[in-house]
Amino acid sequence: MEIMEGSLAVAEAVKACRPNVIAAYPITPQTHIVEEIARMVADGELASEYVRVESEHSAMSVCIGASATGARTYTATTSQGMALMHEVLFNAAGLRLPIVMTAANRSLSAPINIWNDQQDAVSERDSGWIQLYAEDTQEASDMTIQAYKIAEDRDILLPVMVGMDGFILTHVHEPVELCPQEKVDDFLPSYDPDHYLTPKNPLSFGTIVYPSTYTEFRYMIHEAMKRAERKIIDVASDFRDKFGRHYGGLIDTYEAEDAEVLIMAMGSVIGTAKDAIDELRADGKGEKVGLVKVRCYRPFPAEAIAEAVKSAKAIAVLDKNISLGYEGALHTDVKSALYKENGPLALGFILGLGGRDITKNTIKNIAEKAQKAIKSGRVEKDSEFVDLGAL
Amino acid sequence: MQEELFAPGHRGCAGCGAAIAARLILKGSGKDVIIVSPTGCLEVVSSPYPESAWKVPWIHSLFENAAAVASGVEVALKSLGRKDEAKVIAIGGDGATIDIGIGALSGMLERGHDVTYICYDNEAYMNTGIQRSSSTPYGASTTTSPAGKVSFGENRPKKNLPAIAAAHGIPYVATASIAYPKDVIKKVKKAISIEGPKYLQIHAPCCTGWGFDGSKTIEIGRLAVETGLFPIYESTEGKVTSVKKVKRKPVEEYLKAQRRFKHLFESEGGEGELKKIQDIADANAKQFGLDL
Amino acid sequence: MKLSIGAMAEPGSTRTNKTGSWRTFKPIINVEACIGCGTCSMFCPEGTICKVADKYAIDYDYCKGCGICAHECPVKAIEMVLEGE
Ligand SMILES: Cc1ncc(C[n+]2csc(CCOP(=O)(O)OP(=O)(O)O)c2C)c(N)n1
Ligand code: SF4
Ligand code: SF4
Ligand code: SF4
Ligand SMILES: [Mg+2]
Repeated sequence: MEIMEGSLAVAEAVKACRPNVIAAYPITPQTHIVEEIARMVADGELASEYVRVESEHSAMSVCIGASATGARTYTATTSQGMALMHEVLFNAAGLRLPIVMTAANRSLSAPINIWNDQQDAVSERDSGWIQLYAEDTQEASDMTIQAYKIAEDRDILLPVMVGMDGFILTHVHEPVELCPQEKVDDFLPSYDPDHYLTPKNPLSFGTIVYPSTYTEFRYMIHEAMKRAERKIIDVASDFRDKFGRHYGGLIDTYEAEDAEVLIMAMGSVIGTAKDAIDELRADGKGEKVGLVKVRCYRPFPAEAIAEAVKSAKAIAVLDKNISLGYEGALHTDVKSALYKENGPLALGFILGLGGRDITKNTIKNIAEKAQKAIKSGRVEKDSEFVDLGAL
Repeated sequence: MQEELFAPGHRGCAGCGAAIAARLILKGSGKDVIIVSPTGCLEVVSSPYPESAWKVPWIHSLFENAAAVASGVEVALKSLGRKDEAKVIAIGGDGATIDIGIGALSGMLERGHDVTYICYDNEAYMNTGIQRSSSTPYGASTTTSPAGKVSFGENRPKKNLPAIAAAHGIPYVATASIAYPKDVIKKVKKAISIEGPKYLQIHAPCCTGWGFDGSKTIEIGRLAVETGLFPIYESTEGKVTSVKKVKRKPVEEYLKAQRRFKHLFESEGGEGELKKIQDIADANAKQFGLDL
Repeated sequence: MKLSIGAMAEPGSTRTNKTGSWRTFKPIINVEACIGCGTCSMFCPEGTICKVADKYAIDYDYCKGCGICAHECPVKAIEMVLEGE
């Protein structure tokens, strides 16, 4: 165990994965990750080609060129940088390139705001990237290694984005156990694709596909996404066998068995929610509040979620994003997952935008609202902003 | 006989200059290359799934990122110890190169990647239907710079990308025209033999977009050079090292053969515009010492 | 057809698309007049004129009839004739 900043713990994991090519462009709060990797390369600790690109659009494009040539690649970004990558993200997934990227989740402008929420990655949910969200720095670090294993699997071949909340996880100092290099080498063999750019087998990549087969190619990506569900679970348990740590597969639960109210969220707020639940359960009132941690947002684990909330009476979905004009994206997805199940009451909460703190009290208030809904038997507000100040 | 590395059966218009450029580039490069193409006519006509005209490894990603993708291919070869396996070449249209992809190109040139970037210059966005680009020459009528009652078509001169590329201090910049095929082949060979970033701009007339009969693609290309409107030269680290000298012809000979300049000969005030275009050619002749 | 992952295509596979059907005019090389300079072959956008012995021949499977070869032949050894005549 060492105490280190979250960004450094991720950089160490990246190093252990031995990427051939790293391309990155600085943006707060991702900078400490790519600075640390640059230092590793400069000090000869990491033998990677590090491309200091002129934009995030080019960062992802360099990864595409390198990955298609057979290299293991890495980049990291957030917020405006991820938005600038938008079309390249779709392209990387469509080309079936197993690129791994850290998303140091942050809000989107305007108004410009450099603090945490998850609007950036959630806005790319339809891009064909597998999206994982880490609860703490240890998980962000370990998830990076798992990400390559998932992405590069011949049955999957999709890019993976590892979400870690900006500042909250990137800049926090916590004890972290790093994975020893020999064990990582054993867990993650070098990338050995069947097809790559080479005069030895001069294939053409990125051809124009007509309406006659475009749907089928999109379907193939979708199917790979579906297969990824099993793969993510398997990789998580393989990781536990090798390194002794496990954070759940697609989802994880906490105090959920007897819970009437289940809180659902992604990322670092899970830790806060666990503490709040502990207090709620300890204060003698016997409130049956539990938690479902959504670890994998795409592919969306609809079945696992439906199963996990089956005996709850209300779920409270926490969204650090908003689909403006509707509601939080996770809330929408969860509700749709439950629709067939005739499940518990569903309440959605928009919170933590642009770095606003989410306190235990907030969580308690939300739990209380859900309890109220149970008592009245109806959901008053389908989706609401939490702690909205004066306008 | 040398193997044809750009296969027939592609969907280019009959008489397509870009297809000729692709053939000549591959004649110069040989088969040990990896080609990166941005979106554009050449990419679309050469890769209708499940077919491809390319007999060399080839990748298309997006419209504005060919230089960055090529950078990635190059560093990957280096990192994987496969540098000797292939030379990396990007082949993009003027829109992809000079407009939307100029940031990625500048980055690639500045970072010193061992990549040859080749722009086939057909002087407009042909793939989307002949819209102007910053490489469209003064006076040309396109679908977004149409000649009209109060317009003589494109009202800005061609952006000088070879000069911008040269300003990066790269080891080799050259212009060429498909009308001089041996020169194209020689320059491609030379470019790929030099370590570091190289930029080549090859004039590639487009019969469909410029409005001339497909049989005249080469003749039109030759006239662009002979009138001084497309000067052919090489430069190394910012200094011009060779120039193709010509016995110059008046610009009208070039312009009158194309529909895109037709209005200059038919509308009132056209003469003044022709004079301006002649001035551009004269200035080129002076700058490069084109006159024999 | 089995779709390839990521829509990869085989090298040179446009050969399955015979563009000879596009042709309105057909170039005919007068072998007597041909001096074997290779100009036509160099300029053909389809790369469909090949050297045969010391002369050149056109593969009509792909010739689109653009007429560049005839226009550029230095000795006017290529004639464009209406297809089917
Ligand atoms: C980001 C983006 N904007 C616009 C387009 C539409 N588009 C595709 S090709 C093209 C023009 C290509 O022009 P050029 O690079 O000169 O090649 P040409 O077709 O003329 O050979 C445009 C505008 C696109 N594909 N991507
Ligand atoms: S429009 Fe022009 S560049 Fe495009 S295929 Fe036709 S001739 Fe070639
Ligand atoms: S250009 Fe004319 S002379 Fe030269 S090889 Fe072709 S047909 Fe023969
Ligand atoms: S007519 Fe055009 S396509 Fe046919 S052989 Fe001649 S140059 Fe090639
Ligand atoms: Mg163009």
